[in-house]
Amino acid sequence: MMEAMTSAVPAIEVCGLSKTYGSLAALRGIDFTVMRGEVFGLLGPNGAGKTSCVEILEGYREFDAGEVRVLGLDPKDRALRAHVGIVLQSCGTYPHLTVRETVEHWAGMYPRPRQVAEVLALAGLDDCADRRARTLSGGQARRLDFALALVGDPELIFLDEPTTGFDPAARRAAWDVIRALRDLGKTVVLTTHYLDEAQSLADRVAILQDGLILAEGPPHSLGASRYRVAWRTGDGTQEERFTEDPTALLHTLTAEALARGETLEDLSVTRPSLEDVYLELTEAVA
Amino acid sequence: MTAAVPWWGAAWRQFRLERRMFWRNPSAAFFGVLLPLGLLAIFGAVFAGRDEDLDVIVPGIAGMSVMSATFTSLAYNVTTLRERGILKRLRGTPMPTSAYLAGLAGNAVANAALQLVIVVLAGHFLLGVVWPQAWGAMLVFAAVGVACFTVLGVALAHAIPNPESAPAYVNAVFLPQILIAGVFYDAAEAPQVIRDIAQALPLTHLVEGLSGAMIDGEGLAANAVSLLVLGLWGLAGAVLAVRGFSWEARRGR
Repeated sequence: MMEAMTSAVPAIEVCGLSKTYGSLAALRGIDFTVMRGEVFGLLGPNGAGKTSCVEILEGYREFDAGEVRVLGLDPKDRALRAHVGIVLQSCGTYPHLTVRETVEHWAGMYPRPRQVAEVLALAGLDDCADRRARTLSGGQARRLDFALALVGDPELIFLDEPTTGFDPAARRAAWDVIRALRDLGKTVVLTTHYLDEAQSLADRVAILQDGLILAEGPPHSLGASRYRVAWRTGDGTQEERFTEDPTALLHTLTAEALARGETLEDLSVTRPSLEDVYLELTEAVA
Repeated sequence: MTAAVPWWGAAWRQFRLERRMFWRNPSAAFFGVLLPLGLLAIFGAVFAGRDEDLDVIVPGIAGMSVMSATFTSLAYNVTTLRERGILKRLRGTPMPTSAYLAGLAGNAVANAALQLVIVVLAGHFLLGVVWPQAWGAMLVFAAVGVACFTVLGVALAHAIPNPESAPAYVNAVFLPQILIAGVFYDAAEAPQVIRDIAQALPLTHLVEGLSGAMIDGEGLAANAVSLLVLGLWGLAGAVLAVRGFSWEARRGR
């Protein structure tokens, strides 16, 4: 186990992972690798298989086929629990305990926990540390989830839809916590159906749809292949073209316009956002 | 790699936490402590001076308290913990499962012990019932009863789909049993068919054993059959409790 957990092996290796529930194929043979210290985003619409995938990695679920290693071990290995922090999609805490008591109790479950005060500060819980858990707002309860996941000082943290249902301010606060985790050198695997979340937090993203990975890579690289060139014609109508070679397209467009004696109003070249890639990919499958 | 947290340490911390939460939950604390006392006071008033009846209800309420402190409260607790996702969250920590369950069950055992003490003291000082005649036999029956109803409570939780329906399930099992087990009256006075049904149920045998030990000073041998029946229920309960155990909410996938 000592060797398996050294940082030489990737945080997560998944190869040919399949999972079915009855006749429903939740995952249909997916592969990906998450390196140490990376923030990896699993992006996809509801029902794409994101939660099935992370719950297999967390050791909660069996899988039907494929190879899965988490920190070099079988995900069901209980020895992993001290090294992995989990934020589940929706999960309660003890209603009659205060935030501080809850974090203290969880700290006692781990062999080398972080300082409780430090964890409360990191999760942004200082202001409500002495409130009973049942009185917390949704955003505060989520921060308590973060605190409980990181109090054991894990190397790897799973976040399953960490900001679903949040207002914009609560989302930004949660993002700050996730960035703080990355700054601590943690490996983070996060699922989300928010594109901006994946784009602003993840070093690498895999787009999951109907149990298959449609694309994988750094968020900016996923959009790099097709540029959008837009302009308005003389009569004011909006035109757009997509191209993998904007230089050649611009040359053609401008040459034609000059030949006609027109100008291309509001000419712009944009690299597609993750959202464009995502919509394009998911529409192609649907 | 650092050494894991020791098993006993984990179980003890969980037990202490469960105790703290018990006292913070007013309704649990009320039912845990005041209900047996209240029932004794009411029946004490009704049966005032009728020593024969008082001799029935003190061990009867002692048995009922053991059942409510373990069976009833664990059936509720495990259902609620499961459906709130707390069990699933705990499953993701390094705390050993057995240490967690020991802490949880230890809380129920502590409540059963507390209620037993209350019933014995109140029975003696308020109702004038004799001190338990055979302490050893009483403690053995209490211990076996606690173990039996602890596992049965956990087993019943598996059948309860959500916290909202827990009272219905629990009362469907608990109320008929306390009515026919001879908690409030001498079971020998009941019609034969009721007595036959009652003979198959664990609470009847717990009350019989407690009554024998507390009032009549009988040893374990005198109620060996009752001990055996409790043991069999406990065994069946343990199998069902382990086999049906689920960490995850039913509402989920």
